[in-house]
Amino acid sequence: MISMNRKKRDEVVDNLSNMDLVEGTSLWKDAYLRFMKNKAAVTGLILLVLMTLLAFIGPYFTPWDYQSIDWSLIGNAKDGGAPQIANRHYFGIDDLGRDIFARTMQGTQISLMVGFVGTAVAVFVGLFYGAIAGFVGGRVDNIMMRFVDILMSIPIMFVIIIFFVVFGRSIFLLFMAIGMFAWMDMARIVRGQTLAIKNKEYIEAARAAGVSGIRLITRHVIPNLLGIVVIYTSLLIPSLILTESFISFLGLGIQEPLTSWGALINEGAGQMRYGVPWQLGFPIAFFVVGMFCFFFIGDGLRDALDPKDK
Amino acid sequence: MLKFIVKRVASAIPTLLLLILFSFVMMRLAPGGPFTSERALPVEVLANINAKYGLDQPWHIQLWRYIEGLIFHLDLGPSFKYKDRSVNDIIAQGFPVTMTYGLWSFAVAVVVGMSLGIMAAVKHNTWLDYIAVGISIGAQVLPNFIMAPILVIIFTLWLGWLPGGGWNGGQWNHVIMPVIALSTSYMASIARLTRGSMLEVLNSNYIRTAKAKGLPMRTIIFRHAIKPSLLPVMSYLGPAFVGMVTGSVVIDIYFSTGGMGQFFVDAALSRDYSLLMGITVLFGAMTILFSTIVDILYAWLDPKIKL
Repeated sequence: MISMNRKKRDEVVDNLSNMDLVEGTSLWKDAYLRFMKNKAAVTGLILLVLMTLLAFIGPYFTPWDYQSIDWSLIGNAKDGGAPQIANRHYFGIDDLGRDIFARTMQGTQISLMVGFVGTAVAVFVGLFYGAIAGFVGGRVDNIMMRFVDILMSIPIMFVIIIFFVVFGRSIFLLFMAIGMFAWMDMARIVRGQTLAIKNKEYIEAARAAGVSGIRLITRHVIPNLLGIVVIYTSLLIPSLILTESFISFLGLGIQEPLTSWGALINEGAGQMRYGVPWQLGFPIAFFVVGMFCFFFIGDGLRDALDPKDK
Repeated sequence: MLKFIVKRVASAIPTLLLLILFSFVMMRLAPGGPFTSERALPVEVLANINAKYGLDQPWHIQLWRYIEGLIFHLDLGPSFKYKDRSVNDIIAQGFPVTMTYGLWSFAVAVVVGMSLGIMAAVKHNTWLDYIAVGISIGAQVLPNFIMAPILVIIFTLWLGWLPGGGWNGGQWNHVIMPVIALSTSYMASIARLTRGSMLEVLNSNYIRTAKAKGLPMRTIIFRHAIKPSLLPVMSYLGPAFVGMVTGSVVIDIYFSTGGMGQFFVDAALSRDYSLLMGITVLFGAMTILFSTIVDILYAWLDPKIKL
């Protein structure tokens, strides 16, 4: 009798554990599988990883760095500066005799970093702002969102440029300022989602268990927003890279000898009348490929995580 | 309707005031006055200059004077850099240029973008659709500062058809490239949005009813499908306008058109605070005005919004 019971119990335990395995596809695992089925997104992701690796490892494979000048070729970029393996200027040299490969790698590093750091700032601010506005509701929500509306109807690029002019240009400020003025969309989306979430039963349960205030937001509201936040984060990164490139293209962003995609494209565009197409071509190629990767990854994430699609 | 318009316009005013206040505070936060230079001026001279520009007053009086001048005389004050010119003079010089190609770009983006999107949706899953989608994906990664040099390479350096810059009183061949460079990425976004919402509308029940009634395709599209499918596009026009206003800076710099953008970047590099602030306030006012108009139009077009 006892042994029978034990046998039965073992069976039940077995069944349960097997069931657990079958049922165990969580939202995230599901999304992961769907993302991996999207060829464009996976290609984008692989290309982006390769590009990032190249940007950080590439500089070790060239004797030139991003600011030293090749005195044997200076002033002779048109005839002697074309890309070649022999003198190890893989992407050629620019008008000042600097190695474009090294500069492009350095610019890629900066542009990617601006994208990721700026986005981190924007997501952090937007997430908390939106969650608090949506969660508290009422008059606070009204005022907070009115402020977001105001910020969104101002041409922010001019404000960022004024910011740089007033506080001086530094790489730290570049990262912060671009993120500081990009959180409004995120705040709006998060607020909308929070309004939907806050009346759910599990929030009520948490409240009943005595959780309150900021802890309720950080532990119960924000984790349930993550899907939509991931989607918009992936779209925010390229748009911030674009912002930085725009400002640097105008010569108001990153400062020499450091460089970024926008600054490189600006230099290349200024020199293209003098027969050095590689100075424009390589930075543009990196920029366009990078942007494509981000857009395809963003599309893939949206398809993978969008709850509408279920 | 009138109530809605009044309410919407009234809510635009604090936005503008906040923008003025923000840029004013930023200017005051800047280290050093506008006339601090490497070669130190004699104290009396500096005091005289500051008095002339009203910089010796306490800041709230300065702010009040600025707002007062702006509202009652539409006066943005003197430029700190160009000693004999006011910000108004400079804007009067640059604004018409920016406005000319800006309006063209906006028109091109809206008209071409919408047509492309509608065509793609109507001819869903044909080569025309694929081309339209291809163009709109490709153009998304080609912002104005990439388009401008590429256009110059093709049409100036390679084909030699168009001049690579200058304005020449707005002659057509000087306007084409700025317009294409500025409008392409917005055209692409508008096309994508239009295609998406048009497809949704074409799959809806009332269109099926119209088809079942035996209406010709042309009537269905123009009578029934276009209006509702343009609503999501309408709400994108505000951001598109902001983007184009911002993008005009790149166009002005790259094509040396002599528009506002050139003055803005010059002012940023030479720390001409009053000019920077004047241009920001002007562009801010324009975008706020535009988004107000778009909102009112939207409310008027959308049957779901009750006024």
